[in-house]
Order: sequence, then structure tokens, then C-alpha cells
Amino acid sequence: MTDVKTLSHDPYNLIITGVGGQGNVLASRVLGNMLSNKGFFVTIGETFGASQRGGSVMSHLRISKDKTCSPQIPRGKAHMVVALEPVETLRVLMEYGNPNVKALCNTRPIHPVGVITGANNYPDTRDLKSWIEELTESAWFIDATDMAVKLGNPIFGNIMMIGALASQNELPIDRKDFEAVILAAMGPEKTKINLMAYDKGMEMAG
Amino acid sequence: MTRLIEAEEGSRQLFMGNEAIARGALEAGMKVAAGYPGTPSSEIIENLAEVSEKAGIYVEWSANEKVAMEVAAAASFAGLRSLCVMKQNGVNVASDFLLHLAGSGTRAGMVLVPCDDPGALSSVNEGESRHFARLVEVPLLEPGDFQEAKDMVKWAFTLSEEIRNLVMVRSVTRLSHASGNVIMGNIAESKNLEAETKNSAFFKHDGFILDQMEGAVISAPVTYKHGQQHEKLKKAIEFFETSPFNTYTGPENPELLVITSSVCSLYTNEALQMLNAKDRVGLLKLGTTWPLPPKLVAKHLKMTDKILIVEEVIPFLEESVKTLAAELGPEIGVKTFFGKRDNTIPSTGELNPDIIASALSGILGIDMEPVPEAYTKRAGELAFLNAPVRDLTFCPGCPHRASFWSIKNALTMDNREGFICGDIGCYSLAMLPSGFSALKTLHSMGSGTGVASGFGKLGQFGLNQPVVSVCGDSTFFHSAMPALVNAVHHRSNLTMIILDNSGTGMTGFQPHPGLNEDALGKDAPAVDIEAVVRAAGANVTVCDPFDLAETRETVLKLLEDNNGVNVLILRQICALSPEKKGKKQFEMSVDENICVGENCGCNRLCTRIFSCPGLTWDREKKVSRIDEVICAGCGVCASICPLQAINKKEVA
Ligand code: SF4
Ligand code: SF4
Repeated sequence: MTDVKTLSHDPYNLIITGVGGQGNVLASRVLGNMLSNKGFFVTIGETFGASQRGGSVMSHLRISKDKTCSPQIPRGKAHMVVALEPVETLRVLMEYGNPNVKALCNTRPIHPVGVITGANNYPDTRDLKSWIEELTESAWFIDATDMAVKLGNPIFGNIMMIGALASQNELPIDRKDFEAVILAAMGPEKTKINLMAYDKGMEMAG
Repeated sequence: MTRLIEAEEGSRQLFMGNEAIARGALEAGMKVAAGYPGTPSSEIIENLAEVSEKAGIYVEWSANEKVAMEVAAAASFAGLRSLCVMKQNGVNVASDFLLHLAGSGTRAGMVLVPCDDPGALSSVNEGESRHFARLVEVPLLEPGDFQEAKDMVKWAFTLSEEIRNLVMVRSVTRLSHASGNVIMGNIAESKNLEAETKNSAFFKHDGFILDQMEGAVISAPVTYKHGQQHEKLKKAIEFFETSPFNTYTGPENPELLVITSSVCSLYTNEALQMLNAKDRVGLLKLGTTWPLPPKLVAKHLKMTDKILIVEEVIPFLEESVKTLAAELGPEIGVKTFFGKRDNTIPSTGELNPDIIASALSGILGIDMEPVPEAYTKRAGELAFLNAPVRDLTFCPGCPHRASFWSIKNALTMDNREGFICGDIGCYSLAMLPSGFSALKTLHSMGSGTGVASGFGKLGQFGLNQPVVSVCGDSTFFHSAMPALVNAVHHRSNLTMIILDNSGTGMTGFQPHPGLNEDALGKDAPAVDIEAVVRAAGANVTVCDPFDLAETRETVLKLLEDNNGVNVLILRQICALSPEKKGKKQFEMSVDENICVGENCGCNRLCTRIFSCPGLTWDREKKVSRIDEVICAGCGVCASICPLQAINKKEVA
């Protein structure tokens, strides 16, 4: 086990948000295991079931040097929001945001049924970006899904987001941690393509 | 996940609560596990099934929760430790057996794990399993974190053997589906026992009638056995008085004592931290919540005059503590209680650190440190105006969307205000607009057809609306079969539609008796729904719901036939099934030149009404468009468009 490095906050509160079916749980598991393997105490709060049928889903990750935390982050206490769908960023910031929060967003929208039927509007991407920027200390936007489709499967978008997150040095994680977790979970065959997605994510976040 | 069994003793793993529970059972040398799928409990049986061969255990998805408990009980009677698992309302289903089991007692350790869903995150009720412990009088444990989830389940088997009765370990969604770090205990011990356990099952039944270990296992003579049961509870209380699962943290003379259990102890801890109030408030976290250990509770009640009880759903702990406090009155004096009964804690919905912090700040007179008001206001505004609500809907390519589309259309064409009695499964979503608000009643498993059976007998009082019930394939076996038989026998007029998608879709596609595979992935004889229905004496028709026209016509015909029970099986595999997931049968496209959207007579039939998430509406071009990332390629929408603007091309 590697030494526990310092966290900018303890607990560090990270929210992964998206829409049911996007693979939130996969992303939170991978990230959680990367940090747990480093010796941190990780608590993840999430729900499965009905919410996975087209609803908004959230995973709360809490990273601490020495304790198990509540699986729900208190209001206004998020340090980082990773959004697999852009409009979900707004929803999460409303409850868990604060002037110092950061956000990393996938730009690909998934239209709620209400938008598909025409009852509601989906905001314009440019507006959405400016609002998210306004509500965060810093925000990054990457076209993860589009790139993932090029790699052959939209689900790689999540892995790209993890790569992008790692590139920001917000958390003490690196490529080796990622490789170890993926190797243990998926075996050597799938690790290669996942590493590719991870690298792409790092690259896109610049 | 082989980590469940291979993770070494002493190693530290990031485990989901449900994995921790499964590991605890393995560490206890449990041999038989049975359950019925239900969020948030399903992963316990799933995980155990995956390691069953390695662990040398037997695991099954039973037809319903009552059968699951009976299967697990048999193992206990034959000398093997057993586990049974279900969601909160599953305990309702199993409760008749549960009552009698508590009366007869068990032999080898037997543990029931119900997983409650406060806030109904994935349920249509906010049911509560804890009161069953009191109702049938068996001990209740509630883990407060992930480590305890494992350790408590393990210890529950020991306790069960000490008192020779069932022990309940209650989890909740925020524990079962949350994850945290757990230090592994020893599993090898039970591995070594493998050879011994091979021939270790034997049901001894010819001993003295009152001998629980050797005689017949029955709950009579009732008052004698009931008395014995009370003795067992007294013994449990003795263990509880010194149990390490009950902990106190805080000052010696706190201003306020919080008594809590379950995941609420993590919330309370967080709330105390938020308010910086750890030196003013004492926290008594109870792991053994029924029956309460009176000496332990008395000792803590004496510490202060103000007591707050923090728990979810019904004021179960609150009532137990207050009963004790009344009995202990002369010893501990008069106390002021805060909790659910005086609305300090909301009476419904799940809790979180903020709710508890606000309750605490009210009692203690502390101001909470808020997020800057301007930020909250602005973020609230932006989200309220611009983040469109995300209603739940069927998956792209879900057969249910197509089924309800056709049933709804048939009912409209029939024009006699017919209605659908709903049931429990993914198809419950048909109560929402995204499911065409098709369901008009929705209650427990199997009740759609039961309620329909009643409606179908109201003709003599003038009810002449067509009556339809829907039920899934797994639900059919769970509890719709008796309702069907009842309807046939009483010549009730109804159309029962079985939405057969070859699995238990909502909870992650677990097998059921209608499939030729069991929980362990082994071949199993499939019980044919069609044959069962026929044998019961109902007419039966089978259709593919993806054939919209034929399905609609069939339903229409059945509605018109006002003569007893007609059953229609709509058979099409769930879009998330392993066979279908990630594989498109059709490559879909919309011909922009043919799609005239708002202008044609269809008024955007495909998106405005059918509304599969795989289709989006291009506001600029005013045409419908396929979202290739989301579309599952089922091909159904091609037959929705009246102008044939939606094309499907078979994927090679
Ligand atoms: S899981 Fe299956 S049954 Fe449930 S909504 Fe999705 S496709 Fe339909
Ligand atoms: S083919 Fe049509 S109905 Fe089927 S998933 Fe794709 S968009 Fe939805």
C-alpha cells in the first residue's frame, strides 16, 4: 500500500452525476477503489433501481484519511462535481455547490422525456457552460461521449472523465492506480482499451 | 465478484453494504441462502450465487419471499446455517411463516436480512421491517456502518444458535447500496470444514415433542412454546447489555443525548461535526435495537434530561425507549424527549446530515453555517429555470413501452373507459406520463390481477368498463398465480396481460421459475407460463409486443369478449438482458425529407407521445432525429410513424 498523501480537504467530497444507464456506478467504483487502494477511507453513497430508468443519478464519494463518513454529503459541501451529463451539473450545484466548488463536465446532453415530448426546454450549450462557470471556481468541459463513440463504445466516456479528473491534480491518483484497478476488475484484455480512454481523457482536459 | 471470497483475512476492501453482508454470512460458515429480488437487497444473493461453487454453498432465487424463508428454515432444521434476504415489503409476504417460525424456533443459526427503503428511493411504499421483530418477537440488530454490516451478520448466526431462534439484521438503502471500507475476517475456517459439511445435513425429528433440537419442529403447544420464546429474548437481552455494537461517544454529562441506530448514526456524527457540537452532545449508537437492553439504556438516560431519538420511517426506537423510560421513571426521573412524535424529526422520507443538523441546532440554539445566500439563490434560480426535470421512463428499446402503447390505444378505440390494474416491476413506471399514465391502480406484488378479479365481478352492480390487469413474468410466479386461479374459478370478466420479458428486469435481471437457468447459472426446468395459464382454465394468446398493430388488434378483441378470463402473453426480452444489452438489432434513421414533424397530421406522434429516449426532437430543423448513443435499435418506432419517415435497417 502506498503512503497516504494529503488531501486538500478531509473529507474530500466528490459527486459523480449523470443519467441512469450512463455508468455512474462504474465510474464511482473505479475511482473509489483507486483511492481505497492508496489507503484512504472511501465512502460511496448511491442508489440503484428505479432511479436508473432514465432518472438523475448521483454518487457521493467521500475521501478521508481516517474515517468512514455519511454516505450523503451535506448541502453546499461538494468540492468537485464530475458530470457525465451537462444539465445534471446545474441540478447538483443547486444542492451541493458553493463558490469554491469545481466541476468537470461531459458536454453531451441526454434529453429528459419532458424535453422529447416538447413540454420542457433543454438549455443551449453555450448558456449552460456560462452558468456552470459562474457557479464554480473552475470548470472544465470535455466532449467525452463523442470521443468515446469514436473509440467504439459510449461507456468509455466515464473512463475519460476519470482520466480528465486525474489530470487536474485535485486528488492523489495517477495512471498506475487506474491500471491496477481496471486490471483487477476486468482483466488484461480490456485494460488496454480502458487505458487508451483514460489517456484520451487526460489529454482532452489539457 | 470473487473478491467476496478471496479477499484475505485482515485485508481492507471497499465493499458495498450488500457485499459486506454477504461476506459476513460466508465468514459465519453459512451454507444455504435464499431470497427474492428487490431493491435494495438483491446484490446479497447475487454475490453469494457468484461464489457458490467456490464456497460450497447453495443459493437460490425463490419464487417469493415466503418460500425463500421456508427454504432457508429447512436448512436450519437440518443443521446448516442459513440466510434469507428480501426487501422491506418482502417481509410482509413472508410474515405468516415468520410468525410460526419464531414460535417453533430454529436449530442451526438462521438470519433474516430485510433491506428497508426509507424515502422509497426504489419502492412504492415506505414500509418498515423493524416492527416485525417486535411483532413476532425475535431479536433485531441494525448495523451502523459497513464494517458492522459484515461483523453483525456474522455474530447474528452465533446469537441465533445461542437462543435457537431467528435473528433479524435490518439494513437500509443507504447502507446496502453505499460502499465503505471493511476489514476482512476469516473465511478459511469454513473452507476446511468442507469435507465435514458434505454429509452434515440431517433432519432429526423423532425425539421428544418438546425437544426443539430433536423433536418435530412446530409452534405448538402454543403457550408453552411462546413462553420459551420469551425466555430466549431474555437471554438475547443479556448479550445486548454488553454488546460491542452499542457505543457511546461524547462527554460524561452531555446537554443532550442522541439515541440512534443504522446509517442514521453516520448522519448524526456528521451533523455534530457540522455544528461543532461534539463536546455538548452525547451519541448513543445502538446496534441491538429490539429488545432494548434496559440497563444500558438506563445508564445513558441518567446522563441528561434531554433526549433526541434519530431514526427513519416509524418511531420504532422512540417508542421502545419511551416505554423503558416510563418503567424506569423512579430511577431516572422525568425526561424531555425529541423525535418523530413531536416533529423534531420529519415523520416521513429518508434522513440526511442536514435534517439532523437542523433538528440539533433547534434544540441547542446553534446557528448553522450556511452556504452564502447569494450563491444558493442564484444556483437555485438557474437550476429551477434551466434544468428540465428528468422523469423516470422505460429504457430505450423496452418492450413495455410498446406494450402499453398498444394496450392504451386498444382501450381508447374500445371507448368504454376501460382501465388497467397495475403491478410491481419496471412496468409500474406506466403510472407515469412517460408510460402513458396507463396504470390506474398499483399496490403490492400480484395485486393487479387480484384487484382486477374483484372489478370483474362488479357487472351485477352495473360496472361495464373493460378490466385489464398487467403482471410481469417474475410477478406471475411470485403471487399473481393465486389471483388468476381465483378469477377463473369465479368467472370474473377480465383480460390479464402478462408482460413476459424473460427475467426480473427492475432488479438486475435475476432468473425466476419460468426460465431454464437458476441463480447459480445452472440448467433448470422452466415452468411454462402459458401451460400454467391453460391448465388453470383461461384462454391464452401470445403476441410479440414489437408488432404494434397485431398486439393492438388482439387486445381489442379480448376486450370485446366479455366472458371470463382471457390471458394475453406479450413476449419480448428486456432491453437490458444479457442477450440484448449493447447489441442493436436495427440501425435506425429518420428521413428528414419525409418527417414533417409538427406540420403533418401526426403532431410529432413519435416524440411527443411515444417518447422513447432514443428519439429526440431537433428544434431547429423541426424534425425527429435518432440519438445513436441512446437508441437500442429495437425498431419499434418505425411502425409508429404514419409517414414511414423512420427507417430500420437490420444490422448484419
Ligand atoms: S430494465 Fe428491461 S423491463 Fe425494465 S425498463 Fe429497462 S428494458 Fe424495460
Ligand atoms: S429503434 Fe426507436 S423505439 Fe427502438 S430504441 Fe431506437 S429510438 Fe427507441
